[in-house]
Amino acid sequence: MRHTRKHLSKWLVFILIGLILLLTGCSELTVMDPKGPVGEQQKDLIVYSLYFMLGIIVVVFVLFAFMVIKYRDKPGRDPKDYKPNMHGNKTIETIWTIIPVIIVICLSIPTVNTLFDLEKPPESSAEQEPLVIYATAADWKWFFSYPEQGIETVDYLHIPTDRAVEFRLSSADSMSALWIPALGGQKYNMAGMQTTLYLQADETGVYEGRNSNFNGEGFAAQTFEVYAESSSEFNNWVEQTQNTAPKLTQSKYDSLLKPGILNSTKEFSSTHLQWVNHGTSNGMDYAINRFWDDYGDKLHLKNGKNHSHD
Amino acid sequence: MSTEESNAKPLEYQTEQGEMSIIGFWVFLAAEIALFGTLFATYAVLFGRTADAPAPAELFEPGTVLIMTFILLTSSFTCGIAIHEMRRGSVKGVMTWLIITLALGLSFISLEIYEFIHYAHEGATLQSSAFWSAFFVLAGTHGVHVSLGIGWAILLLIQTAQRGITPITSRKIFIFGLYWHFLDVVWIFIFTGVYLIGMVL
Amino acid sequence: MQLDEFFVTGEPLIYAGMVAIVLVTSAIIFLLTYFKKWTWLWREWLTTVDHKKIGIMYILSALAMLFRGGADALMMRTQLAFPDMNFLNAQHYNEIFTTHGTVMIIFMAMPFLIGLMNIVVPQQIGARDFAFPFVNALSFWAFFFGAMLFNISFVIGGSPDAGWTSYTPLAGAAMSPGPGQNFYLMGLQLSGIGTLATGVNLMVTILKMRAPGMTLFKMPIFTWSSLITMFIIVFAFPILTVALALLTIDRIFGSQFFTLTGEGLPMMWANLFWMWGHPEVYIVILPAFGIFSEIIATFARKQLFGYSVMVWSIILIAGLSFLVWVHHFFTMGAGAFVNSVFSVSTMAIAIPTGVKIFNWLATLYKSKIQITVPMMWSLAFIPSFVIGGVTGVMLGMAAADYQFHNSYFLIAHFHYVLIAGTVFASFAGLIFWYPKMFGHRMNERIGKIAFWFFVIGFHVCFFPQYFLGLDGMPRRVFHIVPEWFNLNVISTVGAFGMGIGFAVFVYNIYYSYRYSERETTGDPWNARTLEWATPIPVPEYNFAVVPHVDSLDAFWAMKERGESPYDESKVEPIHMPNNTSQPFIMMGIFTLASFFLVFEWIWLALAGLIGGIVMMIIRSFDYDEGYHISSEEIIETERSARGL
Repeated sequence: MRHTRKHLSKWLVFILIGLILLLTGCSELTVMDPKGPVGEQQKDLIVYSLYFMLGIIVVVFVLFAFMVIKYRDKPGRDPKDYKPNMHGNKTIETIWTIIPVIIVICLSIPTVNTLFDLEKPPESSAEQEPLVIYATAADWKWFFSYPEQGIETVDYLHIPTDRAVEFRLSSADSMSALWIPALGGQKYNMAGMQTTLYLQADETGVYEGRNSNFNGEGFAAQTFEVYAESSSEFNNWVEQTQNTAPKLTQSKYDSLLKPGILNSTKEFSSTHLQWVNHGTSNGMDYAINRFWDDYGDKLHLKNGKNHSHD
Repeated sequence: MSTEESNAKPLEYQTEQGEMSIIGFWVFLAAEIALFGTLFATYAVLFGRTADAPAPAELFEPGTVLIMTFILLTSSFTCGIAIHEMRRGSVKGVMTWLIITLALGLSFISLEIYEFIHYAHEGATLQSSAFWSAFFVLAGTHGVHVSLGIGWAILLLIQTAQRGITPITSRKIFIFGLYWHFLDVVWIFIFTGVYLIGMVL
Repeated sequence: MQLDEFFVTGEPLIYAGMVAIVLVTSAIIFLLTYFKKWTWLWREWLTTVDHKKIGIMYILSALAMLFRGGADALMMRTQLAFPDMNFLNAQHYNEIFTTHGTVMIIFMAMPFLIGLMNIVVPQQIGARDFAFPFVNALSFWAFFFGAMLFNISFVIGGSPDAGWTSYTPLAGAAMSPGPGQNFYLMGLQLSGIGTLATGVNLMVTILKMRAPGMTLFKMPIFTWSSLITMFIIVFAFPILTVALALLTIDRIFGSQFFTLTGEGLPMMWANLFWMWGHPEVYIVILPAFGIFSEIIATFARKQLFGYSVMVWSIILIAGLSFLVWVHHFFTMGAGAFVNSVFSVSTMAIAIPTGVKIFNWLATLYKSKIQITVPMMWSLAFIPSFVIGGVTGVMLGMAAADYQFHNSYFLIAHFHYVLIAGTVFASFAGLIFWYPKMFGHRMNERIGKIAFWFFVIGFHVCFFPQYFLGLDGMPRRVFHIVPEWFNLNVISTVGAFGMGIGFAVFVYNIYYSYRYSERETTGDPWNARTLEWATPIPVPEYNFAVVPHVDSLDAFWAMKERGESPYDESKVEPIHMPNNTSQPFIMMGIFTLASFFLVFEWIWLALAGLIGGIVMMIIRSFDYDEGYHISSEEIIETERSARGL
C-alpha cells in the first residue's frame, strides 16, 4: 500500500515534468515552427490555448495530488478530517462552473476571429493579387494547375514567397485533403465541389506537402514537395516550363489520372482545366466513369518501394 | 362488475407487463421517428439531384397519391374502431374492423407498387439518380412498414380468433394500433413533404 | 465464385490466424465434449434470459474483442516503430487499422459497458430482471453474431479497408469492390439493431421497474448515466441504421446516395456517420463516468459530491452531444460561420465535463481513501482524462483544428479520452463488480501489476503522439519517415507495455478463479448501493424481497439503520421467465442471411430473411407465461447463500 502511493506521486511528477520538457521542445515541431502567416496565426492560437490548458492541468493535478496524499485512509488520521456526509456546496460549485465558462469564452473569441481571417488571403501581402492554383487530388497523385500561367505540374509545386496563394481544391475521385504543415492547416479536396484554401510562404525553402485524408492503398505515397522561392526565381521557373514542357493532351491526362502512383513528377505547358474541372458537378464523374474497374486493383504497395501502373 | 370495469384501466394496461410493453413501444416509436427523420433529411438534401432522370414535377400527379392518402387515413380510422370494439370486449367487432383495416392497407400497398412501376417506366428508378434513390428508399421504407404491419395484423387476427380478448391479445392489438397510426402520420409527411412539394417545385 | 476467392490467400499472418482459429475451435469442441458440457452450455448460457448471465457473456465477448483489437494495435505499432519496417504492406495495414477501430468501438467498448449495465442496473434499482428479458437475449445475440460476422472477414472474403469511419466515395462500390466493406456494413447493422433494442429495453426497465420509493433523483449515479445513455442510443442509433442501409443499397443494389455518379453526395455519409458517431462517443463515455462515480464514492467512504449537479451535467452533455458533429470535419469548407457555431458548441461540452472532474475531486476531499484496484483505475482516470479533455478543447478550436485534423494529435486525443475513460472504467467496473458475477474477488497484487503496466504503457504510448501530430505525421500512414522515428519507437514500447498489462489482467482472471477466497457476504467492499444487498451467488431472482428505498445510497442507509435487506416473513412466490432458444436461433438465421448478402447472393439472403421472419411468427404465437419459484425454494436459496 505504501508502495503504491509513492508510485502515484512519482508518476504525477513524471507527467508534469515531461509535459513541460516536451513543450519547451515544441519549437522544432513543424506546426510550431511555421514558415508563413497562415501557419503563424494557427500557431499563435495553439500557443494561446496551451497556456489555458497547462493552467487547467496544473490546477487539477495539484488538487488531485493533494487529495490523494492527504486523505488516504491511514492510521492516526484526525477524525475531524473525515466528513462522510458532505454532499455539496453551492458557492464552490458555482465558482467551478463559472471558471470553465470564462475559459471557453476566452478561447472562443480568438477562434472565431481566426476562422474569419483564414477565409481571406493573408493581410501581409494584401497589395498583390493572390496566385491562383487549382490543386486536384486523384488516386494517388496531385495535379497543380496554374491557369494564369497556363502550366500544370504533377506531384510538385512551385510558389513565390511573400505572395498569397489561393488554392482551389477539388478531387477527381476519393476525398483527400491538401496539407502543407509548414505553411498552414488543411482543407478537403472533394469531387464535384470546390473549396478554397489560402496559404503563403514567407521563407524560401522546400516543404513537405501531402494528402492527409485516408483514401485507399496509395494514401501514404500521395505526397508532394513545395518549392517556395523568390518571385523572380518563380517567374523564371514559370517561363522555362512554358517554353520547354510539352502540352497536356486529354489522352495523356487520362493516362495519368488512372488510379496508381506515378514514378516521377511531371510538368506541362497547358492545363487540364480546358476540358474538365473536377470541382464542378459536371466534372464529378469524369474519373469514375473512365476507371470504374481499375480502383479495385491492388498495388501491393510496400514500404520503400513505389509500384506504379505505368 | 361492469361499473367497476369502466373505472379500472383498460385491459391491455392491467398487467405490469402489458403496461411496460406499451411504454416500450412508445420508446420504439421515438426511435422510428429518428429513423424516418433521417430519411426525410437525406431526401431534402438530395432534392433536385435528379441527374439525367425526369424531375419529380414531371412524374408526381395528384390522382393516385390522393387516393392512397384517403385509403390510409380511412384505415387509421377503422383501426381506431377496432380498438374501440376491443375495449367493448367484442371479438367479432375487433376482427371485422381489423380485416377492413387490413384490406385498406393492402390496397394502399398495391397502389404504391403500381405507382412505383409507373415511375420506373418513365425512367425514374432506384439507380437513376441520387434524388430518386432517396425518394424510393423513403417511400419504400414506409411501404415496407405498412406491409409488415399487414403481416403482423394477420397474426393477431389468428390469435384473437384462437384466444379471444385477453390481457395479452388486447395488448398486442393496442400496440399494433399505435404502429398503424404512426405509419399514417409518417405518410402525411410523405404526402405533403414529398408529393405536394415535389409537384410544385 | 472460386474457393480461393472465398478464402483470403497469400498472407502468412492470415494463414497463421486461420490455423489459430481452427486450433482454438477444435480445442473448445474437444473440451466441451470431453467434459460433457454441451447441454450445460446450451441450457445455462445459450438459451438464458437472465440479465446477469447475459451480462457475463457480453463482458467475455468484449474481452475477446479487446484481445483482437489489441493484437491489431500491436501489429500497427510494430510496423510504425522503425522507418524502414516492412512487417505489414499498405493494404494489410489499412485492413488492420480499419478493424482495430471498428472492433474497439462497436464490439469492445459498447458491449463491455452494456454487459456491466446488464449485471448491475437491475440490481441497483431493486428489480428482478429487465423489462423484456427475451429482447435482452435477442440484443446480445444480435451483437454477438454481428461481431462474429465482422471478425470472420479476415479469413473469408477479406477485411474492410476503408477506415472505421468508412468514408464515401472510398467505401462505395467502385473504389472498394468485393465483400470486405459489406462485412463492415452488415456486422454493424446487426449489432446496431441489438444495441437499439437494448436502448428501449433498459430505458423502460429503469423508468418502470425501480424499487418502491426510488424516485428518479434517488437513483444511483450509474443507473442515471445508463438511463441517459439509453436516450442517446434510441435517438442516435436509427441514424446509423439508415446510413448503413443506404450505403448497403448503394453497394449492392446500385442506388446513388453517396456515389460520384448520378449526382450522389458522398459528403452526406460523413454527416450521417458523425450525427450518430458523436453521440456514440458519449454512449461509451457517460456510463464510464457513472462507474467512476460509484467506485470513487465507495472507496472514498463518502457520499458523492454534488449528486444532482452530476446528473444534470450528464443530461447536458447528452444534449450537446447531438449538436457538435461537424467538428469531425471542420476542414470540409463549410465556412467560417458554421465552423464558429460548432466550434463554440464543442468547447461548451468542456463546461459540464469540467464540473464533473471538480465534483470527483471534491468527493475525495475530507474522505478516507482506500487504495483498492478498482479505485486505482478510477483515480488514474482523473489526471489522464484531463489531458485528453483539454486537448479535445484544443481540437474544438476550428482554426487550430485545420492543423490538428487527421494528424496524430487527434489520435492521441481520442485514445486519451477513450482509454482513460472507457477502458479504465471497464476494467474498474469489472473488478469492482466481479464478486457479484463470479463469487470471488480478483487478486489485488496481480491486479496492481496489471494496472501499472497498462497505465504507464498507456501514457508512454500516446503522450508522444501529440508531438508527432504537431510534427505533421498524419494518421493512417503505413510507414514513417526518419524524422518521426524517436517518438514512434517510444510509442511502440508503451503499446507493448499495455499489451503486457492486459495479459496480466487476463492471467489474473485465471489465477483468481483458482486461488481467490470465495465471498460469503453479498457486500465485499462495504459499498453503498442496492446491488450489494443481494447475496453471493446472486439468485436468479436477485431480490427475495423487493427493498423499499427512501434515500440515495439505499443500501448504505439500510446498513446504518442496522436493517437486513432480507426478511424471511415477507417472501412470496416469484414469477420468472423461462429460458428460450428462440433469440439464439433467430439471430443465427438473420446472421446467415447477412452473410449471404455480404457476398451478394441475393436469393440465399432472401431465403435467410424469410427464415428469420418465420422465427418471428413463431415468437408471436409463443404464449409461454414463465414459471413461479415457490416461497420454500426461495427461503432455502437465501439461507444457503446468506449462510443463515
